[in-house]
Amino acid sequence: MWCGSNPVWSSKGKEQARRMNLIALKMIFGDRAKFFGIVMGVTLASLVITQQGAIFIGLMSRTFGFISDAGFPDVWVMDRKVQFIDDVKPLQDTKLYEVRGVEGVAWAVPLYKGMIRARLENGQFQNCNLIGLDDATLVAGPPEMVLGRLEDLRRADSVIIDVIGAEDKLARPPATPGGPRIPLTVGDSLELNDHRAIVVGICKGSRTFQSQPNVYTTYSRATTFAPRERKLLTFVLVKAAPGLDPEVLCDRIVRTTGLAAYTRDQFKWLTVSYFLKYTGIPINFGIAVFLGFTIGTVITGFMFYSFTIDNLRFFGTLKAMGVTNGSLMRMVLLQAFVVGNIGFGLGVGVASVFGSSMKESQLAFKLPWQLLIVSGAAVTVICVASAMLSMRRVFILEPAVVFKG
Amino acid sequence: MTSAASAIEVRPGTGEGVAVRCRGVTKTYGSGGSAVRALRGIDLDVRAGELLMLVGPSGCGKTTLISVVAGVLDRDGGECEVFGADFEKMGSTERTRYRGKNIGFVFQSFNLIPTLTITENVAVPLLLNGVPRKAALARSREILTQVGLGDRTGEAPQRLSGGQQQRVAISRALVHEPKLIVCDEPTSALDHETGHKVMELLRGVAMGSGRSLIVVTHDNRIFEFADRIAHMDDGRVDRIVTSAKDLYGD
Ligand SMILES: Nc1ncnc2c1ncn2[C@@H]1O[C@H](COP(=O)(O)OP(=O)(O)OP(=O)(O)O)[C@@H](O)[C@H]1O
Ligand SMILES: [Mg+2]
Repeated sequence: MWCGSNPVWSSKGKEQARRMNLIALKMIFGDRAKFFGIVMGVTLASLVITQQGAIFIGLMSRTFGFISDAGFPDVWVMDRKVQFIDDVKPLQDTKLYEVRGVEGVAWAVPLYKGMIRARLENGQFQNCNLIGLDDATLVAGPPEMVLGRLEDLRRADSVIIDVIGAEDKLARPPATPGGPRIPLTVGDSLELNDHRAIVVGICKGSRTFQSQPNVYTTYSRATTFAPRERKLLTFVLVKAAPGLDPEVLCDRIVRTTGLAAYTRDQFKWLTVSYFLKYTGIPINFGIAVFLGFTIGTVITGFMFYSFTIDNLRFFGTLKAMGVTNGSLMRMVLLQAFVVGNIGFGLGVGVASVFGSSMKESQLAFKLPWQLLIVSGAAVTVICVASAMLSMRRVFILEPAVVFKG
Repeated sequence: MTSAASAIEVRPGTGEGVAVRCRGVTKTYGSGGSAVRALRGIDLDVRAGELLMLVGPSGCGKTTLISVVAGVLDRDGGECEVFGADFEKMGSTERTRYRGKNIGFVFQSFNLIPTLTITENVAVPLLLNGVPRKAALARSREILTQVGLGDRTGEAPQRLSGGQQQRVAISRALVHEPKLIVCDEPTSALDHETGHKVMELLRGVAMGSGRSLIVVTHDNRIFEFADRIAHMDDGRVDRIVTSAKDLYGD
């Protein structure tokens, strides 16, 4: 008589699960309505998380756009109370020489950064960022010139403005009423705080957070344009001696001058931290991301669970026919995994299409791979949570239910 | 009843051994005041190679009994062996595998997976028992051809009539050649003629291969297909007869 268990079975668990994969997939793909519902839920969640996250990161990286553009100074020296890049707390001019005297400083140049009012041809005023570059070296100038050359700043009354400002906020009134406004261009003049300035170049730079036009000129001219104040030196930009760790140099500068000194990355982070801490921006985006996550979870979870419930009698039938709980769990997980991946792909796809279609607009959008990992992790959580509910139902399912009509 | 007479004779199955042996099997659903004593001490042998029908009034415990016998429901007490093995002594995975290898199921409502073709449905038990996919599908088509569905093998179950779906379900229960097949009301969703054909199919299976069938039914028009008929009442088997005549008279 046949009896006892077959020892071969114990090694067949994985094999059985693999054979059930195709059946699991046919079950989920076959139920069109549920399939699309679940995929929609995941797509929605990953779209909202990715898109909102990308805008958030885009906005946050704008806060330090100016630091990135300034390029190669290793160390930024400033007043101790400065909290972010646009937080102007001028120093006495003599501080420049103190910094130059610190051991390990290869060179140090002044930078002026402040707000100035430009008077437009139509009589209106526009606030601008005025940036004064070291007269001799023009260090920290715009990263890319569209028209003219940086050296043209050495000509009398000259300024360079950024292309976005030139085409938009500083543009001149239309030639005919209702026509397009005329971008400011090389040769045009501008009135800055009652001083005449001549545009000698148009540049391109990262957008900044405030989105005011950037007006570049030399340090000495900037100080004549600027409203009369006792102190005008905003930053001292420092290059470290070859081989010297900028962080070590920062320490030395802090100790000898009593000023604050940050490496480029430290200053970027200081700036971002300020915006994270003192503005409502992270909360707003956090809420959007949380909502996307929650709504996505609810839709996905609900649809996936109801898919499982609809198919419970078939899971029961499979269980009765010899599919182990382990294989059934794998089937449910596979179903969740597949819809999760499709939904994630669609969501991220739509988000990046959205992002690239907005490239030319004002919108901040930055989609680094880290963000993909974050939204991927969120989608994983959503799918695993949805699958868990379903898995529980399938796990505790008594195969005897299959005999119930 | 000349032709049926041979069918309802007790076949000399005793010597071939016992497929299922139940002694004093009890099962109670729920507890306390709402407890239902569905099985109150079942003594029953199913012989190897016979078709045993399980009949009795609604609620007497027929479905509960075959659930226990087929290892999809735990009993509370008593002994129950299927081919000498006791489900209660197995772990959950081992029990599931044992079912997959040795027991075929036929349900009143067919339970065919709607998103698979009928061939794929029939192939499931083979896949579970380690037959490669291609061979499993080929074997399934073969058996579907035997039950007269050779030209429908690529279709979804919903496109078939009830009788055809039940033939698919029977093919699924048979394809891996289990030693015991349990059927719960296999004909009650079908009209008389279709039910008859389905029973002929099942009968042929039992006669041809020496495997045992337990068929739960209300349908006295199919009693003629039984080797023996076990009558249940109130959680017990109270009579075992070899002919419907002995149950209800002529
Ligand atoms: N899951 C359950 N929970 C509680 N009680 C149950 C459950 N399943 C069955 N019962 C009860 O157990 C008793 C036996 O049920 P069972 O389904 O075995 O009867 P049956 O003989 O198959 O009836 P029918 O001919 O109507 O199918 C009935 O009183 C039924 O109400
Ligand atoms: Mg029943």
